[in-house]
Amino acid sequence: MTVPPDRVDLVELPQAADPTRRMTRRQALLALAGAGSALAAGPLVGSIVQGHPADPTHQGETPLPARRWAMVIDLRRCDGCKKCTEACQAKHYLPPEQEWIKVYTLRDRTGVEYAVPRLCMHCEDAPCVRVCPVTATFVDRDGLVLVDQDKCIGCRLCIAACPYEARYFNWTEPKVKPLLPTKATPEFPSPQQRGTVGKCVLCVHNIKYGELPYCVDACTMDALYIGDLDADVATNGTETVRLSTFLSQNNAIRLKEELNTKPRVWYIPGHGEDLEW
Amino acid sequence: MVAAVIERRDEAALLDAAFRPVQAPGRWFWPLFVGLGALVAVAAVAYGYQLLTGLWVAGYSDSAFYGIYEANLVAFIGVSYGGALVSAVLRLTNARWRAPITRMAEAMALVSLLVGASFAIIHLGRPERIWQLIVSPQAASPIVWDVIAITTYLVATLIFLYLPLIPDLAVARDRLGPSAGRLRRTFYRVGAVGWNGTPAQRRSLNWSVGAIAILIIPLAITVHSVLAWAFSMTSRPGWHSTIYGPYFVIGALYSGVALVIVVVAAFRKAYRLERYIGLQHFASLARIMAILGAVYLYFTFSEMLTTGYVRTREEASIVAVLLEGSFAPAFWGFMLGGILLPIVLSLVPATRKVHYLVLAGVLAVVGMWLKRLLITLPSATAPLIGDAWGSVQFTWVAIVITLGATAAIPLGLMIIFRFVPILSLDEMSEADDEPGVGLAPKGSLQAEAVQ
Repeated sequence: MTVPPDRVDLVELPQAADPTRRMTRRQALLALAGAGSALAAGPLVGSIVQGHPADPTHQGETPLPARRWAMVIDLRRCDGCKKCTEACQAKHYLPPEQEWIKVYTLRDRTGVEYAVPRLCMHCEDAPCVRVCPVTATFVDRDGLVLVDQDKCIGCRLCIAACPYEARYFNWTEPKVKPLLPTKATPEFPSPQQRGTVGKCVLCVHNIKYGELPYCVDACTMDALYIGDLDADVATNGTETVRLSTFLSQNNAIRLKEELNTKPRVWYIPGHGEDLEW
Repeated sequence: MVAAVIERRDEAALLDAAFRPVQAPGRWFWPLFVGLGALVAVAAVAYGYQLLTGLWVAGYSDSAFYGIYEANLVAFIGVSYGGALVSAVLRLTNARWRAPITRMAEAMALVSLLVGASFAIIHLGRPERIWQLIVSPQAASPIVWDVIAITTYLVATLIFLYLPLIPDLAVARDRLGPSAGRLRRTFYRVGAVGWNGTPAQRRSLNWSVGAIAILIIPLAITVHSVLAWAFSMTSRPGWHSTIYGPYFVIGALYSGVALVIVVVAAFRKAYRLERYIGLQHFASLARIMAILGAVYLYFTFSEMLTTGYVRTREEASIVAVLLEGSFAPAFWGFMLGGILLPIVLSLVPATRKVHYLVLAGVLAVVGMWLKRLLITLPSATAPLIGDAWGSVQFTWVAIVITLGATAAIPLGLMIIFRFVPILSLDEMSEADDEPGVGLAPKGSLQAEAVQ
């Protein structure tokens, strides 16, 4: 399913706090051959860089090539500071109880505590999409699981179906609202709507335009990587890695692999973590 | 000649009993009506408050996203199913003793279905958008299956109540004088669809009632299986279970028969129907209830044993909270008070008295409601990552709405029996006489002419 054209540009562009860091970040994302370059060089170059043509069914909108966004969380680096959560909540105008990226404190077999950030896994075979009675939850063409809050009836079966507790419900009228009267869209669902479901959108409103997700940007430990499985690169904002090599060399795993949901989020364990969450 | 006189006197008494709620419901009727109506009205106000402020007022949170409304949904639709099935199965097996209770069972099925289905809307965050289910349904979603199953079943339940009512409405049309009022007289005239009890009419009625009685069984099974599958199509521990379809079906039947016992006992007392409904009726219903309770007990045991024995981490945690954790008092309370005690009361000769059997019914109904909470809550509050359990709050909004919904069942039945005979006259006369004669209005008019 695709996003209607009127939804594409409704994006809050992030501000550059630190120009030097911004440069590195920009360069890193250019390595993704991402939306930034496609936008600058036009559809033809974009498609050549991508190796496959722009989707002809989306002539009306910016001809962004389809991606397979992925996230890598390096648990060796995560210290559980929750800066990712704070940034996400602040930038998406979320109340404290909605932790689209939530840092769990778990214990390994020896009783040592370790932190595990959990966001929406953007599963390739997402149980939440399957159970939604009204197609309010859908997969966009870049493989991201999004929610149309104008359509959601609030039955919460997706919350029941999600094995990762990644979905949140607006049990009350959202108290935090954007400063400007923006129109909420599936890609930038702020303000949240009472009586509907919300969740991590992997900052599609940023990554599509060559910017880092808020959580990745906020992580001072450089533990979070955003990348594209097709372009086979990922970046944490400081360094860029070849995604496939990075995953295989570090024995990356995915949560609840046995459920066959095929998450797009990988974890790099490093301290002998108990993987049976 | 003497026999004919007795028969006529019996017939008059039967008519009097069946139409008593219509003509003279008794002094208690209006106070009770107002009381129950007030409960429903308060529930409506509470729902309005919930609509305005959000579902949090019903005690929900992200770590307890399903709770009392979902338990109510399953419980109320469950008892509906029991009512319909008792009537249908007894009809198909030609159990003659069913005649005085089928009307109440069928009406109960309709009313509790309406109440139960309303929880499907009450529990939504955005009830005003349910039209989305029609304009953009997603066929893979169990909730879409629910919508299709429940609406189909609702139509079937209406037909199932209405068809056997046609001859009785004709009796009302012909026998009730102007005192019945214009509204009712119109209703009887239209509702009786020109019934005269001719052999052709009777043939087609028998055929239709038989057909709907057969149809309603797979339909009711579908409804409750689909309801179960809305839970078990998720990977949640406790819910993701292959036994859930049949488990819910049996649970629904058990609680449904139990509520039939309670409803029949209440209306028998209120409208003095002791002459037509005796201990035998309650004993037979209780025996059916006990068998279903035993099957439910077996399913519960089977579920607990298989998940508790293998002890997969998440599944075992659900079994543990039920058997020895925070839900243990409720669980064992249900096992003892909601299943074992009703079975014992129903089967032991010493308690073969109406009040004991009614007590068994009440225990089973309340126990099964509790069991639905025990199905909903542990899995909805269990941690899927980490070990922090959620907890549900029982807020006044949820409690008031639940009480209002409970009150709506007797209220709905009281209203229905203000219009239609509470006893199935046609079937009762069939049960007494040779089959097929019935309380044909034409025949009775002739009898009057002869007199």
